Parts: sequence; C-alpha cells; structure tokens
Amino acid sequence: MADHHEHHAPTGWRRWLLSTNHKDIGSLYLWFSFAMFLVGGLLAMVIRAELMYPGMQVVDPDFFNQMTTTHGLIMVFGAVMPAFVGLANWMIPLMIGAPDMALPRMNNWSFWILPFAFAILIGSVLMSAFGPGNPPAPNFGWTFYAPLSTTYGPASTDFFILSVHLMGISSIMGAINVIVTVMNMRAPGMTMMKMPLFVWTWLITAFLLIAVMPVLAGAVTMMLTDRHFGTSFFDAAGGGDPVLFQHIFWFFGHPEVYIMILPAFGVVSAIIPTFARKPLFGYASMVYATASIALLSFVVWAHHMFTVGMPLAGMLFFMYMTMLISVPTGVKVFNWVATMWRGSLTFELPMKWAIAFVILFTIGGLSGLMLSITPVDFQYHDSYFVVAHFHYVLVSGAVFSMFAAVYYWLPKWTGVMYDKFWGEVHFWSSLISVNLLFFPMHFVGLAGMPRRYADYALQFADYNWWITIGAFWFGISQLFLLWVLIKACFLKKGEKATDEVWEGADGLEWTVPSPAPFHTFDTPPVVK
Amino acid sequence: MAEKTTQYYVPESSPWPLLASVGLFLIAIGGANFIQQSTGVGGNEGSMGGIVLTIGVLWIIGCLFGWWRDTIKESIGGLHSDQLDRSYRQGMLWFIFSEVMFFGAFFGAMFYARWLIVPWLGGEGIGAMTHELLWPDFQAIWPVTTTPDGRTTQAMGAWGLPMINTAILLTSSVTLSIAHHALLAGDRSKTLIFQGATIILALIFTGVQGYEYVHAYRDLGLTLDAGIYGSLFFLMTGFHGIHVIIGSIFLIVTFFRVVKHHHLDGNNFAWEAAAWYWHFVDVVWLFLFITVYWL
Repeated sequence: MADHHEHHAPTGWRRWLLSTNHKDIGSLYLWFSFAMFLVGGLLAMVIRAELMYPGMQVVDPDFFNQMTTTHGLIMVFGAVMPAFVGLANWMIPLMIGAPDMALPRMNNWSFWILPFAFAILIGSVLMSAFGPGNPPAPNFGWTFYAPLSTTYGPASTDFFILSVHLMGISSIMGAINVIVTVMNMRAPGMTMMKMPLFVWTWLITAFLLIAVMPVLAGAVTMMLTDRHFGTSFFDAAGGGDPVLFQHIFWFFGHPEVYIMILPAFGVVSAIIPTFARKPLFGYASMVYATASIALLSFVVWAHHMFTVGMPLAGMLFFMYMTMLISVPTGVKVFNWVATMWRGSLTFELPMKWAIAFVILFTIGGLSGLMLSITPVDFQYHDSYFVVAHFHYVLVSGAVFSMFAAVYYWLPKWTGVMYDKFWGEVHFWSSLISVNLLFFPMHFVGLAGMPRRYADYALQFADYNWWITIGAFWFGISQLFLLWVLIKACFLKKGEKATDEVWEGADGLEWTVPSPAPFHTFDTPPVVK
Repeated sequence: MAEKTTQYYVPESSPWPLLASVGLFLIAIGGANFIQQSTGVGGNEGSMGGIVLTIGVLWIIGCLFGWWRDTIKESIGGLHSDQLDRSYRQGMLWFIFSEVMFFGAFFGAMFYARWLIVPWLGGEGIGAMTHELLWPDFQAIWPVTTTPDGRTTQAMGAWGLPMINTAILLTSSVTLSIAHHALLAGDRSKTLIFQGATIILALIFTGVQGYEYVHAYRDLGLTLDAGIYGSLFFLMTGFHGIHVIIGSIFLIVTFFRVVKHHHLDGNNFAWEAAAWYWHFVDVVWLFLFITVYWL
C-alpha cells in the first residue's frame, strides 16, 4: 500500500460528491457560499424594494418579517461562515505544507451537511412564498428571540431548529478539522510563530466555533422543548425567563460575530504585506491581539441586550469589557497601516479590496464603539444605526475581505489571472454602492427609524430611496464577480499566472504550481 | 497486522460522508414532522414523520457502521501512521470539548435560573414589580416546587438511589481505568473482565435512571412541564443519559474489538477514545449530582 498516494484525481460526479480532497471541498464550500450570498442578496432586494417608498407596496408585513429573518440567517450561516471554511480548506494545508486536511472524510461530511440544512431553511421560504395556505417561514428575526420563536413561532420553526442543529454539526466538525490540521500537520520547521496570520486567525476562530456552536445547539433544543414538551426555560410563569434565551443566544452570538471577522483579519494580513512589499508590521502583536479579541468575546455578550433591564453592575461590566475590545482591534488597524507605511505600494485588485476593508471596517468598528456605551445604546438600540453598524463590519468588512481573498488566490486556484477590467468594475461599483447603501442608514437610525419594520415615517423617505438604489446597485455589481469567476474557473481564459503570481508574495502556497495540482506537499517541505 | 506506514493516509474517496448527510437530513425533516405530529402543535397531521425519522436513524447507524468498518480495516492494514493517530486523538479531545460546552449551556441556564430568575420572580432587585403585580404569592426557593402560575411538584432527593447510582458510575470509571492499565500491559483477559464490569455498571446506571424517571413522573409529580426545575432536571439528566448510552455502545464496540484481539499492540486509539468519553460522562455526572440533586 506504499503507493496509495499516487492515485489519479477522480473524475465526474464522484470527484465532487465523494471527495476527500481539501482543494475540491474548498471549492465546493466557496461555490456554495457564493450561491447562498446571491440567494440572501435576493431576499435583501425584497426588503429594499418594500422600503423604497413609505407605505406598503410589494409584500405584506408578515412576509417582510420572513425576509429579514431568512436574509440574516442565510447570510450568516450560509454565506459568510462557509466562505471562510472554504478558504481555510483551500489555503491552510497549502500554507503549512500539509498533504491535506487532517481528517479528509469528515471534511466532506462537514460540507455536504450544509446543502441539506439550507434546503430545509430555503424550502420553508419557498413554501411560504409560493404555496398559499402554507405556514410562514421563520419570521422572528435572525436572533429568534423567545417568545416570538417559542409561543408565537410558526410551524416552520421546528424545521428551522433542526436545520440549525445540522449547521452546528457541520461547523463543529469543520472547526475540529482546522484545529487538528494546524496543530498536527505543519511541515517540519513551521513553528507556531512562523505560521501565516491567516492560519493563526483560523485556529482561534475554530476554537471559538467549537466553544459556542454547542451552546447554540443547547439554545435551540430548549426552544424545541418549550414549544412541544411543556418545559419552561423561557416562560416566566413556570419560573423561567425569556431573557434567559437572549443570554444563551448572545453567549453564542457574540463570539459568532468574531468567527465571521477574525479570518477576514487573517486575509487582510496576508494581502497588505504582499502589495506593500514589506513584512507584516507587528506579527506577534497581531497574534496576541487576535487571541485577546477571542477571549474578550466570551464576556461581552450582554451588550446586545442593554435594554432588557439588567442590573447596573451587569451593564457596567459588559460596557467596559466591550470597550476593551477596541484596544486589540486598534492594534490590528494600526499594524496594517504601519505595514503600508513607506512600503513600495501597488494597487492590484486584492490590495484595493484590502484597503477598502481597513477603512470601511474601521467605520463599522467605530460605530460599534458608540453602541458599546450603555446610555447611548438605549437610544440606538434596534434602530437602523445598528443595521448600518453590522453591515459595515459584515459586508464591507467580512465580505470585502472574501473578495480580496478571491482575487488574491484565484490565480493560484485556477492558473489564470482574473479579468482585470471586470474586476475593476466589480470593485469600484461595489465600493460606491456599498456606501450609498449603508452610510445613510446611520442617519435614519440616529433619527429614530427602527429596524425590522415594513414601513416607516415619512421623514425617512428620501434616505430610504437612496438606500434602495444603493442596494440594487450593490446587488447587480456582484454579477460582475460572477462573470470574473466563470471566466477564470470554467472558461480558463486569462493571462497565465506564474507560480509566485505576485512579486512580493511570501509563503508556501506560492511555491507550488499555478493552478495548484490535485495533491500538494505529499512529502512535507522543510521550512527554514 | 501489516507494518505501519509513515505516509499520512488520505483516503481516495468515500461514499459515507454524503450518505451520512442524507441520513442527517432524513432525521431532521423526519424529526420535525414527528414532533409536530405527535404533540399536535402546528396542525401537522399524519404519521410520515415517525417513519422518516426511523429510516433516518437506521440509515445513520448503517453509515457509521460502514464508515468505521473502513477505518478499522485501514487501521489493521497499517495505513494509520503515528501522525494520523495523533489527528484522531486530538479530534476526539476537541469533540469532547464541544460536548462540555453543550452541557455548559444547560448548566449556565440552571445557574441563571437559580441565582437570578427565581430571586427576581420572588421580588428581589429589578423583579419587585413583576412579583408585586403578576405573582405576589410566588416564593423564591430552589428547587422551584411551586411555579409562579401555581404548578407544584416535589424535588428529587439526593441521598437515596441517586447517591447509589453516583457510586455505581464512579466505580465504573475505576474499573475502566483498571481495564486501561491491563490493556496497555497487553493483558487481554484482565482487560475484558474489567471492561465487561464497566459495561455492566453502565447498564445498571441507565436502568436505575429509567426507574428514577418513572418514580419522578408517578410519585413526585416531577415532569417536563412542572416548571423550570422539571425542565432543567429532565433535560440535564436526559442528555447525560443519552451520552451514557452512547458511551456504553462505544465501550461495547471496543470490548468486542478486544475480543477479536484488536488494540492490544498499542494501536488503541478507539479504545482510549471510548475511555475518555466515558470519563467525560462521569465528570458531567459529578457536577449534575452536586448541582441538580444535592445543593
């Protein structure tokens, strides 16, 4: 059996359905997440179409609630998280000199659970939209607070609960795989403090995932038993408390938002040094900052619920802990800026996305700092200001970093350069529209427009019209990316990429051919 | 057994992950339908859910059987390098950590209920008006034997059967450790005797738990819908019980592998994983006994 590793790449449907190859599974993850990004985007278009003008025009309020709920769930669990897992699959073995992920079959299981889980969730949306008389899809907001999701949850809630269980199983197995790969599969000489920052951020992200996805599973299990078996976890009449749901949910939910941003930090920390032609400034401090953010994320959850009426000591504790997070985050932003300082900068597309990330993520970070101040949050809570905040960090933060990653590593994945013209169009079009879309939300939010309503007061009409224009513009812009991807992945058209691809790039992934062969590092490289 | 490889084994392709995903899908849609159809909530009628759920469970069992048969064959065939063995071990430890966090959610809920919700409902601190206006008769005591809306139950005592059951489970950990030392020493018959004893103790524990549930429902009025105490009691001991059953199956499987002379040559990941899992279940029980039954 000594030659078992010399087999040829499987072909046809077997290659994709039965895969044990980290690159193929990574591609599956990335395409799946892009599909979910477009589906979630379509739902957002319904939301924005309804909000273009005051009054009710397009959908009824209950369907609007289903749109806000499923848009959030699909984007968080279907688009952002799997996209980063896809990047991890593709890049971590290449970056640490491993032949594959540590547990290749479990890797494929982690992926194939997802299409089934989302078939359930999206199925309930389709049934609600196109099957008159069917119960509504989940309509309680992506945070599914009790009692909206328990006492008042529609029949689809039970299917939603079990689909969340499936997503959790997938995430936990994916995260275990990442940790084991990083801890056990590094090439000789690849010490922990030599690992690329993307590997570090994913290691810490995976730890967060294993720590909090089971807590989410516990929360939805309590929901299920409250709904059907008479338990009283979230029912004060039986000695429970609906606020307990919020505590458990946000104990998962706050680390969850860092799960969606830490790998983005890793991507940007890979790209900026390449195009500044300088090593990353403050590598060690980046590692420690990432770890600090992750640890702090466990003790800040209640800042999502300042208005539920918790004791003063609790509010003060969660406020100060939240503010403290801006210190390691600031360390990161300053390090990226210092990396660029006096570098030989060039502005290829990955660098453009990375710089846009740094600036726009910082805007989202600063509005987060405003929200962390308890008395101020009392006013901002559940307003469009919050919507503006988390879309700045998630769309122009996490999603932009993914775009940066795709343009950065696409030549390595496909062997051809991306289409520069349509890539530029995609970048500038997205950059302008994303700000038109989300920046005015700060203003209407501060002026008092609440989130999650299908209608609004007349004074918000002008801004909302512009926001909707921005939304459709941003949505259409993503079709340019679709074309860039089709051209590079399927048509294989474009300038041939060299092995190194970028002249300033550093790391093991640039030592293998472009496109990366089916098997890499069968014998581990030696890192000096 | 064939000679061990040093090459990291990456299986060529495998049908099990995809098939197991189908199984989970069947369990999810079958389970949701079954729950709705059997509790009459949501206007979902029929019996399709139970059928799909059953098929899904059998399907998953079949998948896991086939999947693990493959890995056992690889292991015996010498395809598992030391590095791969470390991957499996680390993976198992992180899986157990995820289980710890799952129980953590319920322990967190319990402490939040005991230390915050119940005193507030009793009128302390921010709960003054809730108490005054909604449930002025509610007494803040733990366990909550009378809920704010007046449902009553008796609490489960700690010092009768639960105490004995605790001793049984702790003893099973000791016998398993003896079996572990015997396994490492290559003493097959001693391993089998003590592992067999562990399995018997495990089954006794599960049986006693079942008896305790009947006692709770019949004699104490302690049910799932008896308020927050019953909710926590049954979900915490129930999930622990499910883990005991899974751990028992795991131990039974590795028992028969020792019968077939596996694991005695130091290639013992599966055996040790089962043992770790068992000790984990044991430690969770200790916390449960102290916080749910005793204090």
